[in-house]
Amino acid sequence: MAQKTYAGVTVDVNEEGYFTNPSQWTKEIAAEIAKEEGIVLTDKHFAIMEFLRKKHNNGEALSIRSINHSGVIDVKTFYQLFPGAPLKKATKIAGIPKPSSCI
Amino acid sequence: MKKLVILGAGTGGTIMANKMRKELSRDEWAITIVDQDKTHYYQPGFLFIPFGFYKKADIVNPRQKFLPDGVTAIYQQIEHIDHENNKTILANGDFLDYDILIIATGSRTNPEETPGLKGELWYKNVFDFYTIEGAEALADFFKTWKGGKLVINVADNPIKCPVAPLEFTFYADAFFTKKGIRDKVDITYVTPMSGAFTKPKASKMLGNLLEAKKINLVTDFFLGEVDNDNKKILDFGGREVPFDCLITVPLHSGEPAVSNSGLGDEFGFVRANKNTLQSLVKENIFVIGDASNLPASKAGSVAHFQAEVLAKNINSFIANEPLHASFDGHSNCYIETGFGKCILIDFNYDTEPLPGTYPLPVIGPFSLLKETRINHFGKLVFKWIYWNVLLKGRKLPVTDYMSMTGKIKDRVIFSTKQ
Repeated sequence: MAQKTYAGVTVDVNEEGYFTNPSQWTKEIAAEIAKEEGIVLTDKHFAIMEFLRKKHNNGEALSIRSINHSGVIDVKTFYQLFPGAPLKKATKIAGIPKPSSCI
Repeated sequence: MKKLVILGAGTGGTIMANKMRKELSRDEWAITIVDQDKTHYYQPGFLFIPFGFYKKADIVNPRQKFLPDGVTAIYQQIEHIDHENNKTILANGDFLDYDILIIATGSRTNPEETPGLKGELWYKNVFDFYTIEGAEALADFFKTWKGGKLVINVADNPIKCPVAPLEFTFYADAFFTKKGIRDKVDITYVTPMSGAFTKPKASKMLGNLLEAKKINLVTDFFLGEVDNDNKKILDFGGREVPFDCLITVPLHSGEPAVSNSGLGDEFGFVRANKNTLQSLVKENIFVIGDASNLPASKAGSVAHFQAEVLAKNINSFIANEPLHASFDGHSNCYIETGFGKCILIDFNYDTEPLPGTYPLPVIGPFSLLKETRINHFGKLVFKWIYWNVLLKGRKLPVTDYMSMTGKIKDRVIFSTKQ
């Protein structure tokens, strides 16, 4: 298993850089991963990442569509916050596994 | 008299009605099944209608025909599930008490959820093929279409039969080739996934097949809206794909009665244990098939494999024993690739589709993850098996749990072309 150091903390990641142990995540670490992705985190970023982490902890599947049900932001805003591939970027910065479609 | 109520008389509900009528004593248990209408569609057949291979009459039967004696059928819409009081409320105001409830209400398409999808081009240049109305409208459209940009788009997952949009795409290639206008039809497959399919080996194989058939692939595209004026689809980030004919697989949702009863997730799919199929909200409620939020395919084969597990667990529940039987996510599906050929895939929660033969090693007769004519034959014969064996809850000569028999883990069988 690979490891990476963010904000002075060494964390376990997979070959694509996604956390394999979400409990190692902190907000300081998030800010550093975001920097790699060219994103400066705001309260809105943290609010939606909180939603994603909570869903992940409950064992629920993450999807773009579920963002509209988050009560935090809508999907368009999600794209503005994490441009390009928002769900992939947001989960990486939020320290949870990359969502995989389960078909 | 105790009461088992089954909501939904589609694939999963019908199989369970047949199975449980055999398992449960007629003196002790009454079984009632509820559906909103009387017609059972062979849903895999929808795919064939736009290309004129099947007509509606080829894929319909009365639901009643597949229900056993000793099961009461009620044809009414379900309004609400009062799980606190073990009651189902129907649209006509009737109540159905139950001791055990099986939810088998399936999954439906929701084109209304995407802005512009059900706009002025709906059934003129924009079609679905997951409903009989859409499939028939598209069949009419294809009869006279002279060609242009054909776009096949999956709005977002989960969807029923996740391979159907790809099959449709392969069929369209074959259909327009035979018509002699393939050079006038520009085909693009637009998907929210990062490749043609999810799991790596199947995605690579199917991706190569798209390329060989000169079909464009657009990935990571989550449908945001349809621009009817300019005939374009846009994703939430503003990426555009123009079309002359759009084949949409709209967003899917569960049964409204599940949503309004607090038993489902935000899309109305029943929250359930992925192994025991028991509701996470109430212990005397179980789920089968597309209606669940399980991380398994929404497909008839899955409902069939779940049925055995569910029957065992319901028996355990009645006997007040722990639920021993565990569903492994087993799914298998035929993927039609056109020109009389077909691929077969077999997988579960933990094992991706692998090459090999099925169900027996070497002799098969079906080949996994490979195009063959005999697979296509298997798909055609399956319609008969569906009506005559599967719905009746009879055993098929394959295992309910996924088996590694005949599968090959590491052989490289694909071209390395990227």
